[in-house]
Amino acid sequence: MTVIPLTHILILSSLLFIIGFVGVVVRRNTLFMLMSLEVMLNAVGIAFIGAGSVWQEADGQIMFMLILTLAAAEVAVGLALLIRMQRRYRTLDIDVLNQMKG
Amino acid sequence: MSRFASIEGLFYLAAIIAIVASLKVVTGKNTVHALLYLVISLLAVAVCFYLMGAPFAAGLEVIVYAGAILVLFVFAVMMFGLGIDEMHNAPQSKGLSLWAGPAFLGSLLLVELIFVIDNSELALQLNNQVVDAKQVGILLYGPYLLAVEISSFLLLAGLVAGYHYAKPEHRGGRL
Amino acid sequence: MSLLASLPLYPLISFLVLITFGKRLNWAIASWLSVGSMAAAALCSLFLANQLSLHESSVITAHLWQWFSIGSAEVNISFYLDALSAVMILVVTGVGFLIHLFAAIYMKDDENFSRFMAYMNLFIVAMLVLVLADNLVLLYLGWEGVGLCSFLLIGFWYQERNNVLAARKAFIVTRIGDTAMAVGLFLLFKSLASLNIAEINQLAQTTASFTASSINAKNSEAYWAALLLLGGAVGKSAQLPLQTWLPDAMAGPTPVSALIHAATMVTAGVYLIARMNGVFLMTPEVMNYVAWLGGITLLTAGLAALAQNDIKRVLAYSTMSQIGYMMLALGAGAWSAGVFHLMTHAFFKALLFLTAGTVILALHHQQDLYKMGGLLKKLPVEATLFLIGLACLIALPGTSGFFSKEAIIASLWSSPTAGPSLWWCAILGALLTSIYSCRLFFLAFLGKQRFPKTRVISEHLETSKLLRGALFVLALLSIFGGLVTIDLSSLFLTYQPGIINRSNNPSWLHLVAIVTPFAGILFSWFYYKRYRILGYKPLRASQNPWVVFCRHGLGFDTLYATFLIKPYCFIAKLNRKDLFDQTLMLLAWYIGIWRDILSASQNGHLRWFAAAFGLSMVGLIFMVIL
Repeated sequence: MTVIPLTHILILSSLLFIIGFVGVVVRRNTLFMLMSLEVMLNAVGIAFIGAGSVWQEADGQIMFMLILTLAAAEVAVGLALLIRMQRRYRTLDIDVLNQMKG
Repeated sequence: MSRFASIEGLFYLAAIIAIVASLKVVTGKNTVHALLYLVISLLAVAVCFYLMGAPFAAGLEVIVYAGAILVLFVFAVMMFGLGIDEMHNAPQSKGLSLWAGPAFLGSLLLVELIFVIDNSELALQLNNQVVDAKQVGILLYGPYLLAVEISSFLLLAGLVAGYHYAKPEHRGGRL
Repeated sequence: MSLLASLPLYPLISFLVLITFGKRLNWAIASWLSVGSMAAAALCSLFLANQLSLHESSVITAHLWQWFSIGSAEVNISFYLDALSAVMILVVTGVGFLIHLFAAIYMKDDENFSRFMAYMNLFIVAMLVLVLADNLVLLYLGWEGVGLCSFLLIGFWYQERNNVLAARKAFIVTRIGDTAMAVGLFLLFKSLASLNIAEINQLAQTTASFTASSINAKNSEAYWAALLLLGGAVGKSAQLPLQTWLPDAMAGPTPVSALIHAATMVTAGVYLIARMNGVFLMTPEVMNYVAWLGGITLLTAGLAALAQNDIKRVLAYSTMSQIGYMMLALGAGAWSAGVFHLMTHAFFKALLFLTAGTVILALHHQQDLYKMGGLLKKLPVEATLFLIGLACLIALPGTSGFFSKEAIIASLWSSPTAGPSLWWCAILGALLTSIYSCRLFFLAFLGKQRFPKTRVISEHLETSKLLRGALFVLALLSIFGGLVTIDLSSLFLTYQPGIINRSNNPSWLHLVAIVTPFAGILFSWFYYKRYRILGYKPLRASQNPWVVFCRHGLGFDTLYATFLIKPYCFIAKLNRKDLFDQTLMLLAWYIGIWRDILSASQNGHLRWFAAAFGLSMVGLIFMVIL
């Protein structure tokens, strides 16, 4: 049983998540959006680990590992797309890619 | 044992470092600087993990996240010139101010880590509540075997997609 | 498979082959097939009738399969042959065979010959299903089937506007009656929980809720059911007030007029009422309505027939009037007399129509009576045949029409649901019948020849030995058909309030009934003198307003056009934008606005999408918290 209260862990997790989310929405640079995404994923990881440690179960850590895998794959694909975008449009401004207009 | 030296105190310190570093990531102008702040944020989170009694996760966070994924970011930014775009309109301030932030946060984390490792009483306290790697491994290759398989597929898919998209574009080819 | 079940199969097979191969069949094959199938059906029904008379229970049934079931009530595809349906199948297949034979020659030169014969065969199938059905749903199937064939055959020459309009009119007007009949079926099923005809006739007598309300008869279920069935019968049999389609239906080919609009289909209404006699017997009021409808129709149709110029329209009005007699008989409770008249009428009216068809063909499709005249010398055989038909129609003693019509008239006076006033109607109708028949004969066959000398040619008539053969058989049937006494009285339930007691009849009734036709002939002999005297003076159709009024069917068409069709068209025009549709469009408009909003939100900016995602998340959590 950890001495840190679960509420505080979750507050930390939410704070980081919100910071990441605001980054995704505010930044026009796709690279920064990607980094903000990483912050968000990390925040979710904190929530899992915190819950796992409160109940002394290993499941939380396993979930964290799955998130880690997800992050790795996401970064691989995301960066490849960024490289493609840089080559094609000479910019990383996400607002240039607005062809999916309704 | 002072209030500051307790596990809670260390946790809140690391949390504040993580939050501040994350804010700097999100608001940063320079790509490489932002990446470095991200590293600090991840390291701070790793400390949090350790204090929450998950040393294995903390290790993974440092090795895989900070060590591999972030290095991938830095590689991509530097090798393919992804930072160029930002360089043009970012203020290219030189000198101490540029270094002060990351250095301060980094050193704060370092102090914390050393304190945790050095203080044996604290280590004893931590050992009572640890969920160690053995437990994780047993569970991972037991009930969660399918999830492991699925994440391996996910990684394979990431590999194939990354290879496909990063290939040099054919003339007239489509994204 | 039993013989009964196979009866509608012969024309059905012929229909399928003809409609599948169409124009690829030449005349010989198509006519052999259709006429042959009809001959097989006729032989088959003769055999069946013979079998029926030997059968002890006097009913033959053939259960084929179950069509569907509603609750505990089963609706089967099964046939039911008793004396009444036996008479009908003999008429349908016998007269149908002769008319098919005639049609095969009459329509020889038409390029759509096989389509024509296919429709004729399909009509016979539907008519047999109608007549043989053991439940009302199957009867309704046949009922609609004959309606469809009537539509198809009236509009057979579909490139001519008038034919198409006539076909449409016939379809719509009969559909009004059919709807009434369908509602009647629902009502019967609701109150008696059965659709089997025999069961309904039994249940109608015994079910208390159906009959008990005799104190307040006008609200009983039996009253409404009978009235609605009468509506169907009125539409199909061209009685008042749904009679307007029949004269226009004469636009179709003459064999069609003979088969469908004289001999068989139009008598389906009579058959229906006779079939459902158990229901009608429970409501003397409706029986009375039936009688009055028949009486009024026979008078109005007789008047209209007096003023027609077209030979086929005279016959059409005459058909209406004769069916009026049948209705009168049914209403009076003289079921056998009505069905007997149905049979004899089928013979002589088919003969009249087919002979008229031959005359029309010989004159190159000239149907106007005022452009005929003097045909007795040119076409003596046809004239004789026509005269035989007319004699039956007038009911001269000795002919089949005499026996059946006298049987009807004799039962009217003392019938509880008819009475002396309807007897006088019938006598007046008989007088009218003889007058318009004489006028028709004088105009067409006597007097001066009023067409170019060269026009009578007999190229068709040379090849028409078969055609004449069919006419001769029909003539024989017309003359001697009355000697076949059919006893159907055992079939119909006895009338409860009082059996027709002929001993109450005054002694002079019979004499008057026999003398009336002669009086009519005598009157016309002098009144229509100018029609029969050679070279009297040029004839023109009378322009007297009363005559014109009668010529147009006593103004029923105008009446309906003014009071039904025009207001309906007016409302339709008013509602062109469809008020109801507009309320639906409101919904579409509302959805359209949302579409615009959502479409505007799809601006293609990834960051907007992410923001929207976050916003919806906020909303969701907000809802959970609340």
